Amino acid sequence: MTVRFTLNGREVSSEGSGARRLLDVLREDLRQTGTKEGCGEGECGACSVLIDGEVVDSCLVAVGQVEGRRVVTIEGLQSPLQQAFIEHGAAQCGICTPGMLLAAHVLLLRTRRPSADDVREALAGNLCRCTGYTKIIEAVLSCAI
Amino acid sequence: MVTAVGHSVPRRDGASKVTGEARYTDDLVVPGAWYGKTVRSTVARGTIKSIELKAGFDWSRVVVVTADDIPGENVVHLIRDDQPVLARSGGEIRHKEEPILLVAAADRSTLEEAAEHIRIEYVAAKPVFDIHEAAEVYTTIEIRKGEAVEGMDVGKGAEVVISRSFRVGLQEQLYIEPQGAIAIPGEAGSGKEGSMTVIGSLQCPYYVHRALKRALRLSDEQAVVIQAETGGGFGGKEEYPSMVAIHAALLARKAGRPVRLIYDRHEDLAATTKRHPGVIRHRTGVKKDGTLVFQDIDIVLDGGAYCTLTPVVLSRAAIHATGPYACPNVRIRARAVATNTPPNGAFRGFGAPQSLFAAELMVEHVAERLGMSSVDLRRKWMLRLGDTTATGQKLTESVGSELVLDAALKAASTFQPSNGPTVCRGRGLSLVFHGSGFTGSGEKKLSGTVAMEALADGTFQILTASTEIGQGTKTIFCQLAADALGVTIDRLRVAPQDTSIVPDSGPTVASRTAMIVGRLVQEAALEIKERLENGTAALPLRVEKSYMQPDSLHWDETTYRGDAYPIYAWACTIADVAVDMNTGAVSVTDLVIAVDCGKALHPVLAEGQIEGGALQGVGWATIEEIKMKDGSYQNDRLATYLIPTALDAPRIRTILVENPYSRGPFGAKGIGELPMDGPAPAIIAAIHDATGVWLDEVPATPERVLAAISGKRS
Amino acid sequence: MRDLTYVRPRNLNDAVQLYKATPECRPLAGGTDLMVMLHARTLRPEPRAVLDLWSLPELKGVRRVEGMLEIGAAESYTGIIRSPEVWRHLPALVAAARTIGAAQIQNRGTLGGNLANASPAGDTLPVLLAYDAVVVTDRRAVPIDGFFKGYRTTALQPDELITAVRFPMDRQVLFRKVGTRAAQAISKVVIAVCREPARIAIGSVAEIPLRAPRAEAALATGDLVGAVTAIAADIRPIDDVRSTAAYRRVVTQNVLAELLNQ
Repeated sequence: MTVRFTLNGREVSSEGSGARRLLDVLREDLRQTGTKEGCGEGECGACSVLIDGEVVDSCLVAVGQVEGRRVVTIEGLQSPLQQAFIEHGAAQCGICTPGMLLAAHVLLLRTRRPSADDVREALAGNLCRCTGYTKIIEAVLSCAI
Repeated sequence: MVTAVGHSVPRRDGASKVTGEARYTDDLVVPGAWYGKTVRSTVARGTIKSIELKAGFDWSRVVVVTADDIPGENVVHLIRDDQPVLARSGGEIRHKEEPILLVAAADRSTLEEAAEHIRIEYVAAKPVFDIHEAAEVYTTIEIRKGEAVEGMDVGKGAEVVISRSFRVGLQEQLYIEPQGAIAIPGEAGSGKEGSMTVIGSLQCPYYVHRALKRALRLSDEQAVVIQAETGGGFGGKEEYPSMVAIHAALLARKAGRPVRLIYDRHEDLAATTKRHPGVIRHRTGVKKDGTLVFQDIDIVLDGGAYCTLTPVVLSRAAIHATGPYACPNVRIRARAVATNTPPNGAFRGFGAPQSLFAAELMVEHVAERLGMSSVDLRRKWMLRLGDTTATGQKLTESVGSELVLDAALKAASTFQPSNGPTVCRGRGLSLVFHGSGFTGSGEKKLSGTVAMEALADGTFQILTASTEIGQGTKTIFCQLAADALGVTIDRLRVAPQDTSIVPDSGPTVASRTAMIVGRLVQEAALEIKERLENGTAALPLRVEKSYMQPDSLHWDETTYRGDAYPIYAWACTIADVAVDMNTGAVSVTDLVIAVDCGKALHPVLAEGQIEGGALQGVGWATIEEIKMKDGSYQNDRLATYLIPTALDAPRIRTILVENPYSRGPFGAKGIGELPMDGPAPAIIAAIHDATGVWLDEVPATPERVLAAISGKRS
Repeated sequence: MRDLTYVRPRNLNDAVQLYKATPECRPLAGGTDLMVMLHARTLRPEPRAVLDLWSLPELKGVRRVEGMLEIGAAESYTGIIRSPEVWRHLPALVAAARTIGAAQIQNRGTLGGNLANASPAGDTLPVLLAYDAVVVTDRRAVPIDGFFKGYRTTALQPDELITAVRFPMDRQVLFRKVGTRAAQAISKVVIAVCREPARIAIGSVAEIPLRAPRAEAALATGDLVGAVTAIAADIRPIDDVRSTAAYRRVVTQNVLAELLNQ
């Protein structure tokens, strides 16, 4: 079947079974490799994307479910968070960074001045093994208005 | 000119990582590549009776590789060369998940279908899982200092003697990017015929290069290993990638096309190396005033089914076993044994977290017995300038023991005690040290080399096999070179970690990258500067620098005496915990770590190493449990192997103490592993402070804590 | 997964017909459980199709029906957490939803999924039991008590679809989940308690989420200490990868005592 959706602002389509994981369609068919597979179980958040403004694990989404929807991946993100992550040392190996940025982005859209605890809760679905989360939280708080 | 060193300049690879442009192994597009899969043993011990490729599947659609297809040696070359690339039909199996066959196909469903049509039969044998029943010993180490401790006891040198036993558990490195490699055979007629290029997620290109040559019978030039952007390593990608690379290469060779061998998380958890678990026993003798008289220590580590890096892990465990303390009479007996479990390997700390866990808790127990504060006892015992370690190494400079202790105590906020019957709060402290660089004569044997080129366009290129795995290698090397050359950092480039381009700087392990290799980068840059200034150099100009062992460092491998490491770095960790008395759950709420790093080349990167390493230590102490059943890990998915989330992580505050080391670049010492050593004993001490119970084991799971609390109540 | 057919119904009626007509078909809502199982290929028999219920408006939303609060089976936990009506009338359900996974999972997980999966560790299920919730399907309303027949087995007929869950609006229910970490954790013990009427429901301590009849009987007479003692006999925990039977038994009692003393 053909699934049509918006990816980072442009119309795209995918062929093949609608039950395929959105993660695989993004990485393989559409060659958007910024979204990563860390576990395939919805535990690590490395595959996070936005669907209609909500952060979800793309390894848990069947591509048929995004028909007509707005999908945003790291490639489509433009946010002061990105520079903040570089400056504060919030990205080390970088593999969790795309998912982490998208989850943080959504937090800041909903909550203009989150507390450190709010940030921890919003990022609890994004595992990081390198940073201890400290500088990630600093970077996100630095972008709060 | 504003210098780069000492400033937190933007990291080199930052932009690509925050935009999704960074390309990790599985992101790479390789036209025509097939997918590979490893078929593994389902028994822990025995022999392979038969391997059957069943009917009902068209085997011409796939490529199958067995041990018979290995052109070189059926060995994953490392130290002992005991680990096969693939187990053979009629041959031995020593652990579950041991690789037997490899399959490659054009797509994943064909691959899965093929795997379903493979039947392997075994003659099972009785496996050994308990370290105390293990018959095979990989290696033993004995370290002695002073008088024989065997004869020492109460009334015979000491006034109080305390014995205690500690247990440390397995731990998975849990790099968020799983293992993977892509092997590309040289095309016929391309001039690269017979070559094999492997691109992979790895820490040590030249380890993989050596292993690839041996198994595939390739020359130095034919084997090419390239590190792709790597999503975390922590030691888990020190030696294991050699296995992945050889497997991918064998498939690519037989298929005559590139093959991608990328592990999924389940396979990675089930089959790859873990931190060595073990048992450490202490018998410590003191005077009533706390004077340390003797330490008698016994260490047993479980190496798993093959040797891998076990002798070196045991070495580091043994050398750090006394803790950062000056003791006149020491005996350390360490052995590593074989069990029929998947082989254990490198993980940040590399034996030191295990033995330091025990050493630090012994300080607490002795202090408690004597009625002294454990902080005061540490001040009494700690190694200071001029003291000698257990191996007889005299510490002649940069001893940060008391500096970090004072700094941590000063920084720790006022302790907030318990606020109710269900949650009890406590605070614990630990003091640790960690040798930077390879043990003993390791650096001398490695003779790591760095090259630097001054190019015609006014830029400079650093050529090194040291890899960027998140810790900031590329950034600090550019800082060091920029300052040595007297240029701005934007004129520095780092060549790809490609064995056909860069010299062997040694592996990216052992807290050596900044201190040992960084120093070589600095030296190379200084020489380039000098030659450019002399006007004698024509561009491009290339300079190479190799590690030279200082004359003052002496190490005797046979007696295990002398200068075990060029220098030690020091850390003091203070942990605050909240224990739920109804569930035994331990929440680490606050962590303060003071680290003597010699010199912080890049403060943000240094803090990043400390914060990240500390949280891994917190995880090991609390929730990272691996249960074994019949030789398999039961925690083989991310739903069951748990690492701290942002909600679990404590607030971590880092204090960098700069206490320069004369041979480090700008005085820097290696600190990559050190942060891992402190949290576990500090947390156990904090749990005791909160609840009155002592645990002797990590992880201090809620089950163990609750049982201890209940035991105390009844 | 490539071989799976994806079926998209136009509305609920269509879904009911397609579910009946499509062999080896699994209903798919947010996918937080099903997509993991499909990828790992652990389901037997292996499904040949998935029926996507996620976008059906009839399965979303929060509304009042016959004096009860009704939540669509495919409403996300985030939707539940953000609903003022649910906050006001079913705070224990909000509490439970907030302990599930983290943001990504809450944005896709659903009550329908939690029910159909019928995992003994399902975090919302003890809450549903404590509320005496009603499972509304395409053909009937099934009281939650008795909905769980056995391990991962429900009272649903083979072609029956859950459409909503209904709750009475007047109960005070308390909730506590004990997991290994603060987020993204499968529970070791998960418990919901109501004083009036006496309801004690627990997950992860048996092959199904269950009510504790002996403990409830004691609670109904006001004997709190007796309830805590009695619950040990109501549960049948096991040792598994996450925890031990002994731990679960002690913690169930400790947490019940804590909730009853609040």
